[in-house]
Amino acid sequence: MRKFMPGLRKAAPQLVSLGVILFFNWLAFPGFFDLRIQDGRLFGSLIDVLNRGAPVAILAIGMTAVIASKGVDLSVGAVMAMAGAVAATMTVAGHPPPIVLLSALAVGVACGLLNGLLVAVLELQPIVATLILMVAGRGIAQLITEGVIVTFNDPGLIFVGTGAFLDLPMPVVLAAALALLAVLVVRRTALGMLIESIGVNRSASTYAGINSRLLIIIVYAFSGFCAALAGIIAAADIRGADANNAGLWLELDAILAVVIGGTSLLGGRFSILMSVLGAIIIQAMNTGILISGFPPEYNLVVKACVIILILLAQSASLGGVAWLPRRIPAAKSKEA
Amino acid sequence: MSNPDLLTARDIRKSFVGFKALDSVDFSVRAGEIHALLGENGAGKSTLIKVLTGVLRADSGTFELNGDPITVRDTLHAQQLGIGTVYQEVNLLPNLTVAENLYIGRQPKRFGLVDTRAMHKMARALLADYDIDIDVGAQLSSFSVAVQQLVAIARAVDMSGSVLILDEPTASLDRHEVELLFGVLRKLRDRGLGIVFITHFLDQVYAISDRITVLRNGRLVGTRETASLPRVELVSMMLGRTLAAATEHGRRDAPPHSSRRIAFHDFGRDRSIAPFDMTIHAGEVVGVAGLLGSGRTETARLMFGIDLADCGTIGIDGKPVKIASPRDAVRLGFGLCPEDRKADGIIGDLSVRENIALALQARRGWLRRMSTSDQTELANRFVKALDIRTTDIEKPVKLLSGGNQQKVILARWLATSPRFLILDEPTRGIDVGAHAEIIELINKLCDEGLALLVISSELEEIVAYSTRVRTLRDRAHVGELTGAEISTGSIMQAIAADPGGAK
Repeated sequence: MRKFMPGLRKAAPQLVSLGVILFFNWLAFPGFFDLRIQDGRLFGSLIDVLNRGAPVAILAIGMTAVIASKGVDLSVGAVMAMAGAVAATMTVAGHPPPIVLLSALAVGVACGLLNGLLVAVLELQPIVATLILMVAGRGIAQLITEGVIVTFNDPGLIFVGTGAFLDLPMPVVLAAALALLAVLVVRRTALGMLIESIGVNRSASTYAGINSRLLIIIVYAFSGFCAALAGIIAAADIRGADANNAGLWLELDAILAVVIGGTSLLGGRFSILMSVLGAIIIQAMNTGILISGFPPEYNLVVKACVIILILLAQSASLGGVAWLPRRIPAAKSKEA
Repeated sequence: MSNPDLLTARDIRKSFVGFKALDSVDFSVRAGEIHALLGENGAGKSTLIKVLTGVLRADSGTFELNGDPITVRDTLHAQQLGIGTVYQEVNLLPNLTVAENLYIGRQPKRFGLVDTRAMHKMARALLADYDIDIDVGAQLSSFSVAVQQLVAIARAVDMSGSVLILDEPTASLDRHEVELLFGVLRKLRDRGLGIVFITHFLDQVYAISDRITVLRNGRLVGTRETASLPRVELVSMMLGRTLAAATEHGRRDAPPHSSRRIAFHDFGRDRSIAPFDMTIHAGEVVGVAGLLGSGRTETARLMFGIDLADCGTIGIDGKPVKIASPRDAVRLGFGLCPEDRKADGIIGDLSVRENIALALQARRGWLRRMSTSDQTELANRFVKALDIRTTDIEKPVKLLSGGNQQKVILARWLATSPRFLILDEPTRGIDVGAHAEIIELINKLCDEGLALLVISSELEEIVAYSTRVRTLRDRAHVGELTGAEISTGSIMQAIAADPGGAK
């Protein structure tokens, strides 16, 4: 309890933003908060926000760890497409769902390992290292599907995207479970502190005896895993793998979710739950714009304006503009 | 030496926020001389060079070139005036060819296109002056650093041609390459160029320079003829102490040699530090003295596994061990407080508590997390023991003063109960009070049976706590002083000694 209150205060700008967005959604669509149970599953706009926000939330969980280590993973959208393509083609080829799921997840982890090796061992800048797979990955996904949208009817795989557990849609259940698991692993072991330490100062962390190379590889592999899970959900949701469009631009939404959640792109302190909250805020906004009947061409502009407002509110709560220059002297050259 | 002054700078002042980088400095270089510019870190060498080459504008002062007053507007203007510069890190384009690097921005043109053939011919002719015969059409990066350095010099001389400024050109060259470079410099000197040469290697200063200018703390200490300046006097000019005043003796006696010891044998790394032997016993403080660039930090980095030794062995209590990374070193009970506290020491955004717990946590592995209450207990214990002044152990460590940050890093290592601690400049940039406390702490740790290696530029400090003093010069361990031999004077003598042993 003692730790709960300051955490709540820190999350205030995000919670207020979410509240305001939901309020406007309610103004635009009075039935927004209505919930009903049908065929053993909850329905309603609120549930819809969570359900549609789940893939980005899952991406954001992995992205948080990567950004905390002072990196970024641009390849998650492409990895989603690859994992979806693998799941769909294997299902069509007649493999049982457990094998399909494990294979698709393994593809994601392998992609993450590749990113991690490029960043940690070859010391490529993360943005460049992951850009490689962002571009190549979608091509690979197209090769796997041989350029067509591979559709499937396997109920096991479809369940991942549209099924329900405890009245809640599967994507929401999976995202929530992953978030809780990630928080437990990161905070109950020393991983969280070690990742933050590397993100703030990799050189000093290495001097202190931290195996920063291995940790960075693990972080990217985890992000790959999350991307694959999101990819499977996206494919199961539409009962097919669309290599061209699955996960397209979602890496940017994931990064945005992390930033809205308050984790700095400069690395260091991070909060997985706050990033998930960021993903929900983004989706609430998307849904709101959609149901408000704005002409679709205004969507992106409205979204951009709202995001700027959220970030401004957040930055003021962290001490306003004074928060920025404080980080810069640390990066300045050491020579007098 | 009756040559006229080529480039003269008088009464140069330059301040940055809060401190004077150059305070009324006079400097001149004559035609046909090699002029060494010396000084320890922060002496103002870099600032002076930047002012001369137009990177920075002086706050006040006058410049003359060949007797005419000039104002250097920017780097391009400096080049046009005839002042060329070659920096330590070669500032050429490694992915272009040698010829392109020599003539970039001024390529010979034919019908509006670059005339590659003419350019190659010119490049070959230019490099022939330096006795370099290489394929000028090959990528610059395919050649050694020494050749790249010479190409940079050739370009600078070709473009500017009256004053050549070399900022630590030999830092990454081996002995043979240095000879090659010096041959070229002598030739340029005989051609009438004025050459300014910045280096940390005293042997090189005596091998090539005609005059020496020493700066210290932004002030001019003096300009002297190299031939008439004894090494010891040069070192005392650089360190700011006179031999007469430096008679203080060491107070500590070496402890009885125990079987608990760390022994480095024939330990070295090419272009970093020449192979050395060193055995450090428990309860002993070995001081390491030498000028900047003499191999002090390199020794520490090698011992701690940051750089890998290419020869030699390590033994702990007689048993051979291997160190391939700082992790290995930490596992063996080593600790290092690095010279650059901000870049390599503190994790600025993390709390005092986390910074103290970090090395111990890293050694336990990520699975065995120290609970927050354990970390708090540990941090509180060390905050009290080392008198770390902070309002709160949850405060980000970057908000603490330099001395307290240093204590936090010390606490980080002491928390791992180390057997061997390396302290690289533990008192640099910290206030007087914390300074005394850290020296006291070093003595206390030594009494408790820790083996310590302490690197410092402060000779009095080394004298105060060392049981032995290792002296370094030009990237080699050159001597060792023990017991009553230790005094600031003897250390200075050892640092300055002529390798020939004549002086």
